[in-house]
Amino acid sequence: MNTVLALRDVSKQFPSHLAVDRVSLQVQRGEFFSLLGPSGCGKTTTLRMIAGFETPTSGEIRLNGAPIEQLKPYERNVSTVFQNYALFPHLTVRENVEFGLRRTKQSDIAKRVRDVLELVRLSGKESRYPTQISGGERQRVALARSLVLAPDVLLLDEPLSALDPNLRKQLRSELKSLQRRVEITFLFVTHDQEEALSMSDRIGVMHAGVLEQVGTPEEIYLTPRTRFVAGFLGAMNWLGDIGVRPEAVRVSESAPGNGARCRSATVVQSSFLGNCLRLEARLENGDPLVAELSRLNGSFAPGDRVHLWWQPADELTFV
Amino acid sequence: MIRLRRLFLAPAWIITAGLFLAPLGIVVVYSLLTRGAYGGFSLPWTAESYTRLMDPLYLPILLRSFWIAGASTVLCLLLGFPLALFIARSGARRNLYLSMVMLPFWTSFLVRTYAWMFLLRDTGLINSLLIKLGVIHDPLPLLYNDGAVLVGLVYSYLPFMVLPLYGTLERLDGTLLEAAADLGATPWAALTRVVIPLCTPGIRAGSILVFIPCLGAYLTPDLLGGGKSEMIGNLIQNQFTTARDWPFGSAISLVLMGIVMALLFAFVRRDREGLL
Repeated sequence: MNTVLALRDVSKQFPSHLAVDRVSLQVQRGEFFSLLGPSGCGKTTTLRMIAGFETPTSGEIRLNGAPIEQLKPYERNVSTVFQNYALFPHLTVRENVEFGLRRTKQSDIAKRVRDVLELVRLSGKESRYPTQISGGERQRVALARSLVLAPDVLLLDEPLSALDPNLRKQLRSELKSLQRRVEITFLFVTHDQEEALSMSDRIGVMHAGVLEQVGTPEEIYLTPRTRFVAGFLGAMNWLGDIGVRPEAVRVSESAPGNGARCRSATVVQSSFLGNCLRLEARLENGDPLVAELSRLNGSFAPGDRVHLWWQPADELTFV
Repeated sequence: MIRLRRLFLAPAWIITAGLFLAPLGIVVVYSLLTRGAYGGFSLPWTAESYTRLMDPLYLPILLRSFWIAGASTVLCLLLGFPLALFIARSGARRNLYLSMVMLPFWTSFLVRTYAWMFLLRDTGLINSLLIKLGVIHDPLPLLYNDGAVLVGLVYSYLPFMVLPLYGTLERLDGTLLEAAADLGATPWAALTRVVIPLCTPGIRAGSILVFIPCLGAYLTPDLLGGGKSEMIGNLIQNQFTTARDWPFGSAISLVLMGIVMALLFAFVRRDREGLL
């Protein structure tokens, strides 16, 4: 593994606000790296600085070791898949894919275009215009148009968000396996934690311009470093500064004496979710607590008195 | 409801029929009559006015008109495109710039053309300034030639090019330009491969809006061309005034109209999306 893209103390000050605040980040060659965060957290601005559409106010961006932050977008060997795909409406699928291959030999172009269209399963649609194909196909044209250039890093700006939810889930695994096959580094920007968790080798979580944590999906989910990261990925019960995941909470009728943390509570609502039972309860001090239980635990009715408990190891503490 | 709609449409129909179709009919009738001894017209019916147009005397005027109108259109396009692009990309100030483009319309066309005469004539602003600065000793022949007519036409019809161009450029999705740059296109390549192709409807509409009035222009060539730079419009005007040949004037008008309509149809038919 070696570093293909490195950001050092990169900031972007807009007239109204600081969009990106001293972000440092290293992306390894061949990695699927996601920048995850709510809208307005600075993840898209970071991506646009790497692509060259924005110039950093300060800091350094290196691609293959060479600084690129002063280069124009057309001088950088990175390529972007835009959120709305930005396909050229006056060009066919083939012409869109060929757009970036201007300086390539003519004989090579035909083969490369054919190969990449086969890769994204668009063979046979070469002569269609973007308005004549489906949303999923448009997304694949946008991918093919960038992949055919074999960029050092492929930047993807929420490429699945314009698609309908079913298609989106299906495309996650497709995109992931595509990335494995082409062995191109993907830098994927998303606000969807499920998307980031399911596809990424590593995730960087951003909040208010700051990169809060970088790690594997497991690290980010199981050992979040900040309260924001803990709350943004998955559900979390908060008991003061202590967070407990709903799936770590167990239920019993009497207090277990095994060193577990235990609270007595009243059931507010119990919902059967098929694979699990979701129990919403209220503690004696009035705080809500949610537990996701195996359906084998039996059933509960509102008003039932229960004991909710979890292992101290499952507690996440933030000061 | 239908009766009410007819009622509202009635004024428009009356104006179209009374002020456009009826005079046009009169022109058609005149063009087929004989010239009267003291102006006006008389019988018998004849097509002589049309056959006279074949006279080699008039062909150069026709060609000149096309050449000047075509050159004006190209110049308007070359000047108007960067201007429209600049306005479309100037954010909050675009309305200010647009109103500056429209501003000349607030004064009379005639006054504006006279203003150009004051600028271009031998003792005009440009020549006297250049002489005062010692750049030249004798005034440059700026007025009463084709160049002066071109300047006047381009100046007058530039807004008709800028507005439709602005309309298409303003709708252009900015991420397409980012995508072009992202795929390695220099700004020039992005302009020729993305912006201009997507702007074709505006280019087409603007060209028609400039070319047609330029082809029939008579005031600008009359004042700035000084009679030396005659166009079809002046020829028609002369038939109704000094030459007192109404049938011939009518015939030229109708031929000009026919040419313009033929061009227009050819243009519109090529426009697949009908985005005129």
